Amino acid sequence: MGARGEIRFLLNGAPVALGNVRPDETLLDYLRLRQRLTGTKEGCAEGDCGACTVLVGRLRNGALSYESVNACIRFLGSLDACHVVTVEHLKRADGSLHPVQQAMVDYHGSQCGFCTPGFVMSLYALWMREAQPSDRAIEKALQGNLCRCTGYEPIVRAARAVSDYGNAASDPLATERAAVIAALQGMKDGARVEIGSGRERLLIPADVDDFAAILEAEPEATIVAGATDVGLWVTKFMRDIAPVVFIGGLDGLQEIREQDGVISIGAGVSYTGAFELLAKRIPALGALIDRIGGEQVRNMGTIGGNIANGSPIGDTPPPLIALGATLTLRRGSARRTIPLEDFFIDYGKQDRAPGEFVEAVHVPVPDAASRFAVWKISKRRDEDITAVLGAFDLRIADGRVEAARIAYGGMAATPKRAKAVEAALTGKAWTQETVEAALSAYDGDFQPISDMRASADYRMMAAKNLLRRYFLESTGAGAVDLSRHEAA
Amino acid sequence: MTRHEPRTQGKAKIDGGVASDEKHDSARKHVSGEAIYIDDMAEPAGTLHACLGLSEVAHGAITGFDLSDVRAAPGVVAVLTANDVPGDNDMSPTGLHDEPILADGRVQFFGQPVFAVIAETREAARRACRLAKIDYAEEPALIDVADAADDAKLVTAPLKLERGDSAAAIAAAPHTVRGQMRVGGQDHFYLEGQIAFALPGEDGDVTVFSSTQHPSEVQHMVAHALGVPSHAVTIEVRRMGGGFGGKETQANLFATIAAIAAKKLNRPVKLRPDRDDDMTATGKRHDFLIDYTVGFDDEGGILGVDFTYAARCGYAADLSGPVTDRALFHCDNTYFYPAARAVSRPLYTNTVSNTAFRGFGGPQGMVGAERIIDEVAFALGRDPLEIRKKNLYGTDDRNVTPYHQTVEDNVAERVIAELEASADYAARRREIAAFNAKSPVIKRGLALTPVKFGISFTATHFNQAGALVHVYTDGSVHLNHGGTEMGQGLHTKVAQIVAEEFQIDIDQVKITATTTGKVPNTSATAASSGTDLNGMAAQDAARQIKNRLIAFAAEAHDVPKDQVVFLPGRVRIGNREIPFAELIGEAYMARIQLSAAGFYKTPKIHWDRDKGQGRPFYYFAYGAACAEVSVDTLTGEYMVERVDILHETGRSLNRAIDIGQIEGGFIQGMGWLTTEELVWDGKGRLRTHAPSTYKIPLASDRPKAFNVALADWAENAEPTVHRSKAVGEPPFMLAMCVLHALSDAVASVAGHTVCPRLDAPATPERVLMAVERMKAEGAR
Ligand SMILES: Cc1cc2nc3c(=O)[nH]c(=O)nc-3n(C[C@@H](O)[C@@H](O)[C@H](O)COP(=O)(O)OP(=O)(O)OC[C@H]3O[C@@H](n4cnc5c(N)ncnc54)[C@H](O)[C@@H]3O)c2cc1C
Ligand code: FES
Ligand code: FES
Repeated sequence: MGARGEIRFLLNGAPVALGNVRPDETLLDYLRLRQRLTGTKEGCAEGDCGACTVLVGRLRNGALSYESVNACIRFLGSLDACHVVTVEHLKRADGSLHPVQQAMVDYHGSQCGFCTPGFVMSLYALWMREAQPSDRAIEKALQGNLCRCTGYEPIVRAARAVSDYGNAASDPLATERAAVIAALQGMKDGARVEIGSGRERLLIPADVDDFAAILEAEPEATIVAGATDVGLWVTKFMRDIAPVVFIGGLDGLQEIREQDGVISIGAGVSYTGAFELLAKRIPALGALIDRIGGEQVRNMGTIGGNIANGSPIGDTPPPLIALGATLTLRRGSARRTIPLEDFFIDYGKQDRAPGEFVEAVHVPVPDAASRFAVWKISKRRDEDITAVLGAFDLRIADGRVEAARIAYGGMAATPKRAKAVEAALTGKAWTQETVEAALSAYDGDFQPISDMRASADYRMMAAKNLLRRYFLESTGAGAVDLSRHEAA
Repeated sequence: MTRHEPRTQGKAKIDGGVASDEKHDSARKHVSGEAIYIDDMAEPAGTLHACLGLSEVAHGAITGFDLSDVRAAPGVVAVLTANDVPGDNDMSPTGLHDEPILADGRVQFFGQPVFAVIAETREAARRACRLAKIDYAEEPALIDVADAADDAKLVTAPLKLERGDSAAAIAAAPHTVRGQMRVGGQDHFYLEGQIAFALPGEDGDVTVFSSTQHPSEVQHMVAHALGVPSHAVTIEVRRMGGGFGGKETQANLFATIAAIAAKKLNRPVKLRPDRDDDMTATGKRHDFLIDYTVGFDDEGGILGVDFTYAARCGYAADLSGPVTDRALFHCDNTYFYPAARAVSRPLYTNTVSNTAFRGFGGPQGMVGAERIIDEVAFALGRDPLEIRKKNLYGTDDRNVTPYHQTVEDNVAERVIAELEASADYAARRREIAAFNAKSPVIKRGLALTPVKFGISFTATHFNQAGALVHVYTDGSVHLNHGGTEMGQGLHTKVAQIVAEEFQIDIDQVKITATTTGKVPNTSATAASSGTDLNGMAAQDAARQIKNRLIAFAAEAHDVPKDQVVFLPGRVRIGNREIPFAELIGEAYMARIQLSAAGFYKTPKIHWDRDKGQGRPFYYFAYGAACAEVSVDTLTGEYMVERVDILHETGRSLNRAIDIGQIEGGFIQGMGWLTTEELVWDGKGRLRTHAPSTYKIPLASDRPKAFNVALADWAENAEPTVHRSKAVGEPPFMLAMCVLHALSDAVASVAGHTVCPRLDAPATPERVLMAVERMKAEGAR
């Protein structure tokens, strides 16, 4: 089949076919500048404030689900065969407000109103998922929305009350579901999409093999999965990223499954997509994912992208390294699988050959004999970038440390194992003395830097204290972690 | 034909009068995305977009200025530099002439606007900006006030407050403590960034839609910059997506550039900076270094204090004079100092010029007072609350402030007592002690702090306002006043006041955009005074019209004036009742003027800055808050468990809006004192210039339990509009209880024997470092 020269999607109630899409055009600019749909706001253009929140409905293996996303860093080209729902779609034809909107009005949830459409959209997504959300669920749904005026209290009150105003089952997105599915299915014609010419091109592969072929032919192309990193290269650094290959819609990279005690996560699986299985099988990892970005970022961003991006403050590499994860890379039809820790060579340098891409990461589920923990420390609890993150997987038998895998983020130029600390613990009695003695080994493993997130001293002190925390928890000294809500 | 409505059929009460929980006038438009902010306005054909080129050194002369690549970039229509300013290249709001619109020859902070690109699209302008080649001869830069020499340059004249002989009182005191406190600044992080949209008109005219709290000042700045009279410039703003003081003077830059470009090119020009540029190039709350000495007796009674408040003002004065003045005005908070001396040091630094932010220096002043209380408490081994209560202002004596104003309306004692009871302070204090004794890692802390905040602009002449009210022949009302709407609900409250005056439903009152063409020479919507001033002015306008209607009805119907009574939706004239609209129709036919300009000026206030004496404040607003926190002593992470607030609003015009201000102000204040950290590097670059690095509170940072109550038993002692009180700023400072609760938790590590001297913002890092200090010092 030849390549299609346009993307197709539903925008609110109407189908759109667009042949003129710049590879780095954002959904927000498209909405505000081209469509003059100005209800969706720009507050930061970097995925952090949520003023630009819209819903994107997409078919995954035939099922339609709507998720909140940040339109400011979402590329228009990634919306092929999606349903984009903006705040303008909510009011009923008779002029009455949507339940979420009416609750926000009645509970005084807006002051300046600039953040409000974004909150409405986040709460809309929540209400469709959960009719009676807990405060924990509400806070989680709002992690990616900033409000500077209200202090959130009235918004949370509104969120608790939405179901008093209406039932999600009779919402248009529910009642029109079959028609939307049919429309989106009709748009998925299995063809590669290619728009533009020369360097200024965007490509949507037909499938994973096609992706492999494209990348082999054009190794300099920018791979875009969730765009939660790449989006900022465009909006903040104005980097030229073309040609661009959008892989977020590839079903072949969407798989997450457990086999023989190993969870394999396809490179296209979003944080949200990975959450359920990980939270069930490796609860500490689930809790960590809950603190990555906000809901919108988790709905878009992938673990594959987090790894491929190679940042020393990416949150998933240290715990995955501690768990002994491996990474499968693919070029054309050739695959190789390496220990994840070997992927990170130096700052900005990873073991990825031209034309190669990350296909999946494989995470061994810790067995009963080991105790896995991961803690992230940041200035603000939620939606903040790590200052220090420590991950521990220790096997303790008969009061002795049989094996130890410890990895940190924010402590070096890459996500890095604390090999000297591991050595200082391994084979020793699991006692406070051993732990205290091992602390001096940190200086051999790490020379952290000072920046706007934390000083080197704090990073080192907190890193060491995380080992103390791990010890205290392992000895049953009670919860030494601060928790905001009772365990779910 | 006159319809006679029996009285029983009339409404008992209008919709949306005063003391009703009327919703924000734009609430429905906010939630539906239909509220129009400036960037949402339809753009006329030919609209151009501007982007600012910012300096890349903190201090130095420009030695090479090559903009040829910028000019040649695709889509670029023009590039503006200082030479292109037709009038005065200055936007100093206080007339000090120290704030160029575009840098002229030298730059004084990293991020200072040096040139502006005007292009066909915003993106083209942004891209072109990056192509500039500018060389600088760098000069030494002063970034941090801690590095300032004793004779360092000031941006404006300092203030000294003095009452009694504090040096003698301190010297004679049984105990003295001397210390230093650092309190950080704060970015406004209004969700809608700065924006201006200028439309050129005929003659020299220009209309600028500006997201500003101070349209009149923007008008004057644009006129000066263009070299035209003020009458040629119209500034309009329907609403802002947040202001918080950040659009009191900071909108001037954007409006002047857009206006200059629009006039030069004769095309509409919009300037909406990217968030990072906005945060880099606009002023913030001042951070302070506070030196203090306190003398006190064995019982914790303060005998004398001495404060020096040094502020990072940035390279220009902007509002630093009044901000640092207000810090001194609040160095007492609710406490009586028998002898006091307080001086300000508004320091010149090579950083962005700091500006107004909710509280306007008052919060920084008050944290100094509360630090002193902590010092006394720890020195004597007492609960800080006990020391607080002991040192409160009296009502009949012990009631004179360091600036010699007598506190006449003091309710702090009652507010604290009621909150102490409702928050169950004493029992929780015991429970927390028991918890901490058993919990080695997690420590809890508790604190109750009061607030007394002075209401009025300290520059007396700003305390005036105007309004314009028209009644149309169908009885509908057009309302305009000098105040601006930034989310605080001002327009709603003023509309309630007008509806109440005429006894008509609020939906009969049309709220309209603030514009310099309707009400001239206005003051900034600031200093919490929006409703006090504009509400009174609007009430005055409505009353003028009402009085004309009464005179007319009395004469036309031959009844005494006191028999013309405005009832909900109708007017009783003698023994007949007619709908309001009908009376208006009759009045029109009788050629009665149905439009009025209202005016108000605050009485009683005066201030002699040279002497440091006067009555700068019309009244005070009071409140108190109690916070409980948990702290992880291994990492410094913390959680706010519970907050109880009792805040005084006088007779609230709108409880829902007032509670919104209290909740929102509190959380904003909490952010200032906890996670919001501004970090400049050695080169003077702000490293926290986006929400990715600058962390304002989220929903999950709210106190787990948050109880807010209004102390509306206290009507305003002064005859303010319906005896209400200002509520915009005072609640911000309630958040001090969080800092002190964190400090209390930290102190528990050393058995409350050492004052933690926890500085702000108390990031997890600062908390952990304080814990470590406690461990070290407590062990000694
Ligand atoms: C507001 C916000 C908050 C955030 N908070 C956190 C946080 O708390 N913790 C954290 O760790 N991260 C955080 N991030 C970053 C995080 O979202 C990203 O690192 C994300 O995981 C990247 O995934 P993506 O799919 O969005 O990648 P993209 O942005 O699409 O791509 C990232 C990089 O990976 C490459 N890439 C993507 N997929 C592949 C592949 N299959 N093979 C090879 N290369 C590939 C891309 O070319 C690019 O270089 C945040 C981001 C934002 C915007
Ligand atoms: S504009 Fe802030 S998240 Fe998109
Ligand atoms: S209402 Fe103003 S930012 Fe939320």
